[in-house]
Amino acid sequence: MIEFVNFHLIPGLVLGSIYALGAIGVSLTFGILGFANFSHGATMTLGAYFALTLTWATGLHPLIVLPVAMVLTAVVVLGMDRGFYRPLRGSSAVILVMSSFGLMLMLRSAIQLIWGPQVHALITGIQRPYIFFDTLRISPKHVLIIVSALALMYAVHWLLTRTKTGKAMRAMSDSPELARLTGIDTEAVIRATWIVSAALAAAAGTFLGLDSQVETQMGFKMLLPVFAAAILGGIGRPYGAMAGGLVVGLAMELSTYAWIGTAPLVSPGYKSGIAFAVMVAMLIWRPSGLFRGRVF
Amino acid sequence: MDQQLYGIGLYILSLLTMGGIYAVLALGLNIQWGFTGLFNAGVGGFLAIGAYTTAILCTGPSESHLGGFGMPLPIGLFWAMVLSAAIAWGIGRICIRLRSDYLAIATLGIAEILRLVFANELWATNGARGISLVPKAFEKLSEPLDQISFTVMVLAIILVLYLLLERARRSPWGRVMAAIRENEDAARAAGKNVERLRVEAFVIGAAVMGLGGGLLAQYLKFINPQTAEPVTATFLVWVMLIAGGSGNNRGAILGAMLIWTVWSTTEILTSQLPDAWAIRTAYLRVFLIGLVLQIVLQRFAGGVLPERRAVTAHEPPGDG
Repeated sequence: MIEFVNFHLIPGLVLGSIYALGAIGVSLTFGILGFANFSHGATMTLGAYFALTLTWATGLHPLIVLPVAMVLTAVVVLGMDRGFYRPLRGSSAVILVMSSFGLMLMLRSAIQLIWGPQVHALITGIQRPYIFFDTLRISPKHVLIIVSALALMYAVHWLLTRTKTGKAMRAMSDSPELARLTGIDTEAVIRATWIVSAALAAAAGTFLGLDSQVETQMGFKMLLPVFAAAILGGIGRPYGAMAGGLVVGLAMELSTYAWIGTAPLVSPGYKSGIAFAVMVAMLIWRPSGLFRGRVF
Repeated sequence: MDQQLYGIGLYILSLLTMGGIYAVLALGLNIQWGFTGLFNAGVGGFLAIGAYTTAILCTGPSESHLGGFGMPLPIGLFWAMVLSAAIAWGIGRICIRLRSDYLAIATLGIAEILRLVFANELWATNGARGISLVPKAFEKLSEPLDQISFTVMVLAIILVLYLLLERARRSPWGRVMAAIRENEDAARAAGKNVERLRVEAFVIGAAVMGLGGGLLAQYLKFINPQTAEPVTATFLVWVMLIAGGSGNNRGAILGAMLIWTVWSTTEILTSQLPDAWAIRTAYLRVFLIGLVLQIVLQRFAGGVLPERRAVTAHEPPGDG
């Protein structure tokens, strides 16, 4: 039993909160800009590499330099919007999806070009886990990830419910036409959306780097679970994305537990298949997601 | 000198063959995207199904993977198309009623899952080490003749595909497809079964991609999960179609030949560089191809050969 908690439940919660951060960004850009952003995975990778470089440069803990990494990522993403998405603003959504697909590869190859293909660790040295009740082990980095992710989710909640920008974002996600009619500056809302989603992506990437390691494919591997989480929660529903992220992360980790007999129920190599299965099931039974988002 | 000319000749043959295989893939994507407007982000996955099916069915017995069926090559290609179509049918049934973004996500997912299957199911695919010694058409012929025959075969397949697809495009079926792409509601109002027709286009396109994959496995005589690295393969085929002119079969073929030539010749240039630089410039190539896509999307949305709209006046009378 305790093995279940230590090796499946806790890693599932950690992964789930990382996916939740990524999924909020996907859900917001999908809802507000109206297209599935394939470059989101590469944005997460970029954020992790910014955090890595800042850690090297300053010698500080990745979480301390994270705000700077978030700002840098947001700047790059705003530049991408200016250069590639804005000229296509009036085009059909599929063209934007294709452009983001292209940007996913451009961003990844730029990262490989600048930082090289090597795998890096964000923090070095062995960390002793906290031990509770003699058996429950939680590693400090896992506590840090879950706590920081919850704090960021609360910040998003505050932004969306207490600030004018956040309310405008929700309005635009609910109905872009209506938002425009009420005089909302849609370009400003779009910029705010990119900033929020890029900042959260940078955090998600950094946390994943903290949990495992930093490598150029890490964001792409997160793309499918993050999309699954966004669809599960309902497109354009940030709270749904948070819940969806947790569900997908838990489902992926719990699937490798030996539920029947002694062998893992699903071989660990197929973890991302679980995310895909969750997504396909949602598309069949309830495409609007658990939180009744928009179906395009 | 003669030796050099001979080498150049062989290189041109390989350009034509690989460009031709990519042209098959681009023609498949053109049915899905160009004719019907379906976004398939998993071209590499369908390519891999075709390649693995051919490899497993046609390769001789081996300890390290499923095989030993020793089927003739055309049968291998046939099953490559059937399996690819079957998977497309499954995913199409689920996603096609939703907007194209969902199909894009689901096809990307399918490609990723397939890559996992091919990498993990060692008993069938030999995992990352892949399947080697895949038989190749005409390989029993003597040295230059085998290459020439294979290239001619690929080009002949493209010609047949081209003629068939042109016929399909001009047929009532092709015109309904264009109608759905341009105005779905109007097509529905005219009594067309939009979902069913879309699934048809998706399945046919996937079958053509499976054929391309089968040809690739034969040509390389080898397949592993990296040969058709799903994202790069998918991306290349997309750039080929968009740059060549989506909706235009000739554009798809031209785009494939053009982009493959650029892709392949730049690889030769970068491989001349010292090792440290060669790896990095390989990434630069992907970046630049991505930039080409963005420029085409923004400035030349029609591609080199834009689609020729089938206007009724140009069609022979009484044709549907």
